[in-house]
Parts: sequence; C-alpha cells; structure tokens
Amino acid sequence: MDIVKGVLDRSRLAAAKGITAVENEYPEATGIMQALYPHTGRAYILGITGPPGAGKSTLTDKLAKEYRKRGKTVGIIAVDPTSPYSGGAILGDRIRMMDIAMDEGVFIRSMATRGSLGGLSQKTADAVKVLDAFGCDIIIIETVGVGQSEVDIVKTADTTMVVLVPGLGDDIQAIKAGILEIGDLFTINKADREGVEKLHIEIEMMLELSGNKTGWKPPINRTIASESEGVLSVMDSIEAHAKYLKESDELKTRRAESIKTELLAMIAERIRRHINKTVAETRDFENTILRLQQREIDPYSIADDILDKIIKQ
Amino acid sequence: MAEKRIRVLVAKPGLDGHDRGAKVVARALRDAGFEVIYTGIRLTPEQIVETALQEDVNVVALSLLSGAHNTLFPEVTKLLKEKGLNDVLVIGGGVIPDADIPSLKAAGIADIYTPGTPTGKIVEFIKANVK
Ligand SMILES: Nc1nc2c(ncn2[C@@H]2O[C@H](COP(=O)(O)OP(=O)(O)OP(=O)(O)O)[C@@H](O)[C@H]2O)c(=O)[nH]1
Ligand SMILES: [Mg+2]
Repeated sequence: MDIVKGVLDRSRLAAAKGITAVENEYPEATGIMQALYPHTGRAYILGITGPPGAGKSTLTDKLAKEYRKRGKTVGIIAVDPTSPYSGGAILGDRIRMMDIAMDEGVFIRSMATRGSLGGLSQKTADAVKVLDAFGCDIIIIETVGVGQSEVDIVKTADTTMVVLVPGLGDDIQAIKAGILEIGDLFTINKADREGVEKLHIEIEMMLELSGNKTGWKPPINRTIASESEGVLSVMDSIEAHAKYLKESDELKTRRAESIKTELLAMIAERIRRHINKTVAETRDFENTILRLQQREIDPYSIADDILDKIIKQ
Repeated sequence: MAEKRIRVLVAKPGLDGHDRGAKVVARALRDAGFEVIYTGIRLTPEQIVETALQEDVNVVALSLLSGAHNTLFPEVTKLLKEKGLNDVLVIGGGVIPDADIPSLKAAGIADIYTPGTPTGKIVEFIKANVK
C-alpha cells in the first residue's frame, strides 16, 4: 500500500497504517514523514490534559461533536499509560467517544506510552502530522497529566486545556504544580460535584502567583461534560485563545519554538543512535570500561576524547 | 522495530449489557503485554470494524452473551474483508453451543471460547496466530 498517497487521498486505512509505522518505528516511517511534512502545519492542535478520570475523553467527545456541527473535521489522539509490569495497556478512551466514532469526519487513534520517555512525544507529534496531512482541521491530543512526557506532548499543541475536578483533595497540588503553567485554559469538570468554588479560587490563586507575562489570562470554565453542560463556553474560550495567538503573533513564535524543540530532539536522538552504534557497541569501549573500573583513566577526559573523535569523523 | 506491540480490540457487539467477561479478557491481554483497545458495550458490527481500522489492530476479540453470535460474528468478519482488513485475526467468546462452532469458524472466526476458558489459552492462541 502507498501510505503517503493514501493519506493525502484521505484514505482512513492509510492514515491508520501511517500512524502504526511511526509508532512501531518501521523502517519506512522516515520516508513517510518526509513525504507528508510539506502537507502539515494546517491543522489547529488542541491539547487536553488532567488527572485520571477527570472527564477528558467525555469533554473531547463533546468538543469534537461541536466542531463537526461547525463543519470542521476532527482527529483525536488519545494517549494512555503502558503498564510498567507487563508492557501492555488498556486504551479505554474510546468508550466515551462511541457516538462520534462512525462520523466520516472524525478519526480517533489510541496510543500507549510504551515507556519510551523521549520517544513518546516524537511519536505523538508524528501521529498528529499524519492526521494533519490526512486533512483533519482540528486535532485533539488527550493525555493523562501526570508525567513529564505527557506534559511534553501537550506542549506541542497550539492551545492546551487543563481539566480538573473538584474534591480531589491534597494530592491534586502535586499534579497542579506540574501542569498549571502549561494551561492556556482551565476547565473545572464534574461541576455537579461539591467543591467547585474552592477549586476555582485555588486555580485563580495559583495563576496569580505564577505571574502571567503574556497578554492572555487563562479563562476558567465549568462543565458537566457528561451532560454536555458548559461545552459551548469552553469552545468560546478555545476560539478566543486561537484568535489571541493569531493576533498577537504568538502562534508563530509558539510553533517556531515547537519546531525547534522537535528538531533538536531529533538531532539528539540521531546522535544517541550513532553513539550506540559507533562507540558503545565496540570492543574498544568494553576495554575503556575496564580501565575506568581500575581507575586507570577518568570518565571526564574519556568522554571529551570520544566526542572529539566523533566530531572529527 | 523493537517497539512493535500486538494490538487487540476487545468489543461487545449486540444488546446485552454485561461486560464483566470482556473486561476480564481485556485485563488478561494487557497483562500478557498486549495493547487492548476497549470500547464498551452494545457496539454494532460497523462500529467494531471502523474502530479496528482506525486503531490498526492485529486482533479483534468479540464477546457476546446474548446468543446473536451466529449473525453478529460473521457480520464482523464480512465487513472486515470489505474494508480490506484481511490480516486481522478474529476470535470470539461467549455462551456458544458446540453445534454453532463449525459454521462460525467457516465464517472466519479463528477460535471460539466458551465461559470458563482460561485466559492463558486465548493469549497463547493470539501469540501463535497473529499476522
Ligand atoms: N458526575 C460527572 N461525571 C462525569 C462528568 N464528566 C465525565 N464524567 C464521568 O467520569 C468518568 C470518567 O470520564 P472520562 O471522560 O473517561 O475521563 P478521562 O479523564 O478521559 O479518564 P482517563 O482517560 O481514564 O484519565 C466517566 O464515568 C464519565 O461518565 C461530569 O461532568 N460529571
Ligand atoms: Mg480518557
């Protein structure tokens, strides 16, 4: 199958195969991404993150439905954690999205984190590009806001929404500390529960403390996602943020920043692979380790020597 | 290529509302190192096949207690073929009388599990037969 041609022709099967290729690091993945790259950069990317069970998928479902009403096509990448014990995962985000699953204008893909910390954000970014080239107007990335790598993923989004729920207790402080600064919007979901006011005030206080340097003040919306309540205000906030980004030119700087981060990570990854092949997997290297163990040499000088050699090659 | 994982869609077609069995299977498959896409209950064959396509799964595991397996299971295999998903392994589980098994296998259900089947057997079958 010609995946590139298929993706550009809006073949759903080709899009699915393309994502698999990048996810599994198939040899053809690089070629596919090279060919698709000129066709990317068109979609608007929305990151949704927050603690487990906050209602991210439910909210994603309702937002997607609203985008469809407005004539936009939607791609969804839902990331769930891989079990560290078995390497397997249960990817259950689709349960909340079954009523949009048959919509021709919606493409949903679940991805597991697979424990590859740095690699994950690259793979998600590539999956996003496949859906971008495939023609999705809006791409929503859902991740559980717990780890750094998940935070890295949503950082590549144009707009990032943090979903919180009232009544999570003190442990929410830890989560909030990590993801508060990446939120362009905040949504208090499960607003049918007690503690909404308290959480609202907490978020406001944290935002004030963090000292906003830009012209954007993150709005805090309240939703009952399971009842579709408040979803329209969230949409308004997303649109307002998109408008702000465009008018302030921040969209350009943000995307430039994201491209820069991605490129540097790619170079670093290639250097890492190169070093593994040309340095770490050689007899010479084993010898060096032995000599280090005997304290005949020191790692600081050796590391510099090896780097010099690689650069001269 | 080190990162390839077996992806399994665990789906419940039909109208019965119990998904305990399907959940047990989903967990067992996860514990065997598979990535399990879990979609909940009451899916149509069309929804199952579209999900299999988008998620690019290697296996579709169908679970059904309501007795409609003779129509719903073959409907899934038929639609998979129509969409060009020829490499997907389809297995089925539920309260299925022995007499129905040959025709289900002829319809492309690679293996059938009745209640009480140890989940390890399903894992082994998938590992041995996945394409
Ligand atoms: N009471 C109440 N329940 C809700 C609301 N929104 C979602 N839920 C329920 O909360 C549960 C979790 O919702 P999900 O959308 O799966 O949450 P999630 O954040 O995607 O969960 P993970 O992906 O597992 O982290 C489901 O049972 C939803 O029906 C809400 O506003 N109020
Ligand atoms: Mg979810």
